[in-house]
Amino acid sequence: MKITNKIIENHGLKLDEYENIKKLLKREPNFLELGIFSAMWNEHCSYKSSRIHLKKLPTKGKHVIQGPGENAGVIDIGDNDAIVFKIESHNHPSYIEPYQGAATGVGGILRDVFTMGARPIALLNSIHFGSPDHVKTKSLLNGVVSGIGGYGNCIGIPTVAGETKFDETYNENILVNAMAVGHVKKDKIFYSKAKGINKPVVYVGSKTGRDGIHGASMASAEFDENSEEKKPTVQVGDPFTEKLLMEACLELMKDNSIISIQDMGAAGLTSSSVEMASKGELGIELELDKVPCREENMTPYEMMLSESQERMLIILEDGKEKAAKKIFDKWDLDFVIIGKTTNTNNLTLKFNNIVQGEIPIEALASKAPIYNRKWLKKNIKKNEINFKSLKKIKIEEALIKILSSPNHSNKSWVTNQYDQNVMCDTVQKSGSDAAIIRIHNKDKAIAVSVDSSANYCKSHPITGGKQIVCENWRNLITTGATPLAITNCLNFGNPENEEIMGEFKECLEGIKEACEFLNYPVVSGNVSFYNGTNKKNIYPTPVIGGVGLIKKLSKPISHNFKKNESDIILIGKTFGHLGQSCFLKENYSINEGMPPEVNLLNEKNNGESLLKLIDKNLILSAHDVSSGGLITALSEMAISSEYGAKILKPKKLTNLFEYFFGEDQARYIIEIEKHNMSKVENILKNGNIYFEKIGYTQQDHFEMDGEFKISRKDLFEINDKWYNKF
Amino acid sequence: MKSSVIVFPGSNCDRDVAVALEKLQFKNQMIWHKETELPKSDLIVIPGGFSYGDYLRSGAIAGKSRIIDEVIKAANSGCLVLGICNGFQILTETGLLKGTLLRNKNLKFINKDVHIQVQNNKTKFSNKYKENQVLKINIAHNEGNYFTDADHLKEMKDEDLIAFKYCDENGIKNLNSNPNGSLDNIAGIFNSQKNILGMMPHPERMVDEMISNQDGVNLFSSLIN
Repeated sequence: MKITNKIIENHGLKLDEYENIKKLLKREPNFLELGIFSAMWNEHCSYKSSRIHLKKLPTKGKHVIQGPGENAGVIDIGDNDAIVFKIESHNHPSYIEPYQGAATGVGGILRDVFTMGARPIALLNSIHFGSPDHVKTKSLLNGVVSGIGGYGNCIGIPTVAGETKFDETYNENILVNAMAVGHVKKDKIFYSKAKGINKPVVYVGSKTGRDGIHGASMASAEFDENSEEKKPTVQVGDPFTEKLLMEACLELMKDNSIISIQDMGAAGLTSSSVEMASKGELGIELELDKVPCREENMTPYEMMLSESQERMLIILEDGKEKAAKKIFDKWDLDFVIIGKTTNTNNLTLKFNNIVQGEIPIEALASKAPIYNRKWLKKNIKKNEINFKSLKKIKIEEALIKILSSPNHSNKSWVTNQYDQNVMCDTVQKSGSDAAIIRIHNKDKAIAVSVDSSANYCKSHPITGGKQIVCENWRNLITTGATPLAITNCLNFGNPENEEIMGEFKECLEGIKEACEFLNYPVVSGNVSFYNGTNKKNIYPTPVIGGVGLIKKLSKPISHNFKKNESDIILIGKTFGHLGQSCFLKENYSINEGMPPEVNLLNEKNNGESLLKLIDKNLILSAHDVSSGGLITALSEMAISSEYGAKILKPKKLTNLFEYFFGEDQARYIIEIEKHNMSKVENILKNGNIYFEKIGYTQQDHFEMDGEFKISRKDLFEINDKWYNKF
Repeated sequence: MKSSVIVFPGSNCDRDVAVALEKLQFKNQMIWHKETELPKSDLIVIPGGFSYGDYLRSGAIAGKSRIIDEVIKAANSGCLVLGICNGFQILTETGLLKGTLLRNKNLKFINKDVHIQVQNNKTKFSNKYKENQVLKINIAHNEGNYFTDADHLKEMKDEDLIAFKYCDENGIKNLNSNPNGSLDNIAGIFNSQKNILGMMPHPERMVDEMISNQDGVNLFSSLIN
């Protein structure tokens, strides 16, 4: 087939990139080779627009065993235990086919974790939909939630936490980010780097079909009115097979047969084989006629580009083939030796003994294009909000508006569709600041949370980037966990647009600064660009997934009030910052102003002091203050408990709207027993922490004298309404 | 007391139930579905999950599997059999228990803590519970809506074969306290010899105060009693 400009363009390659390919090959590629280049050089696989910026992130630390660059990141939690985790996007496929898109997103991230030898112990997700009134939102939400549940429930990994958000910026481009967390013994971690020549390359798992061909290329371009036509590029998930594959792989990993293992994710057989060879600085030869196929007459091109799910590539030690095959036979999975490692440093593809394509590995990996794209500094609009000019409302009214809004409503409609309890180690689940998962058979646990703040990132990307790391860190701290490391999923618009590239660069700057200051390294992640349709891009939405360690799990800390007449303390200073607040958005539809300032020193001190209080057993409950401000956080503590609260008039700030709805950072609400007050005061004073007693818990009502009074039951019902009607 | 947990491809509560059994002093072994012989056991547990992916119909393929012939033989000779969630679905597919489990009335997977009431505390499975005791217990299923014909329902009522019914925390059984649409709020049933119990809720998830409560403990300890 003659390669025309049209064919090149259809492969998502630019003409100058094609010229580069010819240079690297010293000839024209054939059709198969062109397909392979397109799979490896697209944004999704090559990170060509993001790589130079990602390099700046802090990725090392005392606890880091493996940073970015492997299937997932690995951190040390002591006693020869390690935690493997990563977050990944499946945005584009989920918009086109919500159920399968979301399901295979979960499947893909689970494979990344068990590929490294870890048994997955928790799933999380961050899903963003368009406006609740948008015509597609309902069916997309339905499909995505069932897809996430359908996959996780069947494979039997609990889905323990996440966020579900709505904003019109996602009307045409929803976000579906899935995170998986696994546990592995430190001396049993498996990597993807190939070693040794003439080692058998084994294909295991599902058969290869024609689904998902060019899926990664789809995720590397904007949508337009013809996006529906891309349905055939969406993969179809089979969680049952994944369960078998997981068990078979983990069984094989018990001994030392595996040299290297890689799951076939985006760009399937192509990226997995190239990745292993590239890391091992070797060549790899595949005999494609041996690939187990689901359909007849599949061509080498289709086999190499298929994104059929639930498949793995393994390089085995010599002589281990028979024992390994026995395990896969037991689980009724395909196990076929389809090639070998070579010393040629080429990817060699044979079909019926004839070489169909031959490409130097480095041309596909290290020589893939890297762009330092042009970017624009954010034009910050410092317009002040004239609060006095706004229509007067009552505090109660504003609170009800927030608690009944889709973004703050009780999400049990979503979370009840996920099995959160299977594996019997879920100590705390969705609805709290962070989920707590016990390490099986141990008395220690991890806390996990995912967070995002797109409106902060849109208005001031650097601050937004910092804020989201801090919020995630706070969410772990409130459970008593020491935050250890994060994974990030960077969802942005079109990187060829200089403003978008600017948002990306500046958000990363913020993330970097916060991670460095908090000693909270990035160990894995994923970039999703081109979240846009017809030149309209989504708000920058970096999603942070954090993991913390609870060394000794005695009494898990949650955010619901525990006792009557206990003291409520607010840690951190309240300035009353209303810019970009949920209060303005829900009550006045105003998306203006700057996000609240982030003071990393205060974040660190306040957080570490709270950990001390928890460690000394002085805390009944704790909750971080975020979107919706103090009053929303207090309501949440009441809604999930059997108590209300009486809030005292603030001594300093006079504007109660600023006091209650301001979204100032580095703040926590804690509930303590009255008799512990002096001990708590001592610790906080010693740490130079700003704090104030803001009220106490009581039966039934949530109130402030003369300002508002709502019963706990009403709060619950207000908060529970939206999804139930939906 | 010896127990055997049957493991099908796609079972995913097998480990959870094994942990619970061992915690309550059972000597347990896991039995792979391709086995043709069952070791001598006092209790056989068919755990929750998605056996064979639940393709075709929940529990349908497992109901025709090789090991299930052995389970049927053992059950017919009086061995105690407990089917939880998918295990209950499988037992109805084998005919060891009558009736069937339809999709939940809201057509969605449901995972939450619900309440059930002990209907008969004079069986091997329930003798340590109090009469009409209300338990808080976790459910996690897509097809848990129990249905059977009128004759069988009458037989179950006449012979005390209903094990548990969904209710609220005060033991009130009505539409509001019925999470999945089950006929007569039925959450679990016995066969006529009362040596087989099938139930949708997960007692193995309720044996550890750290993650939930201990309301499931007495089910396992009744068996040892």
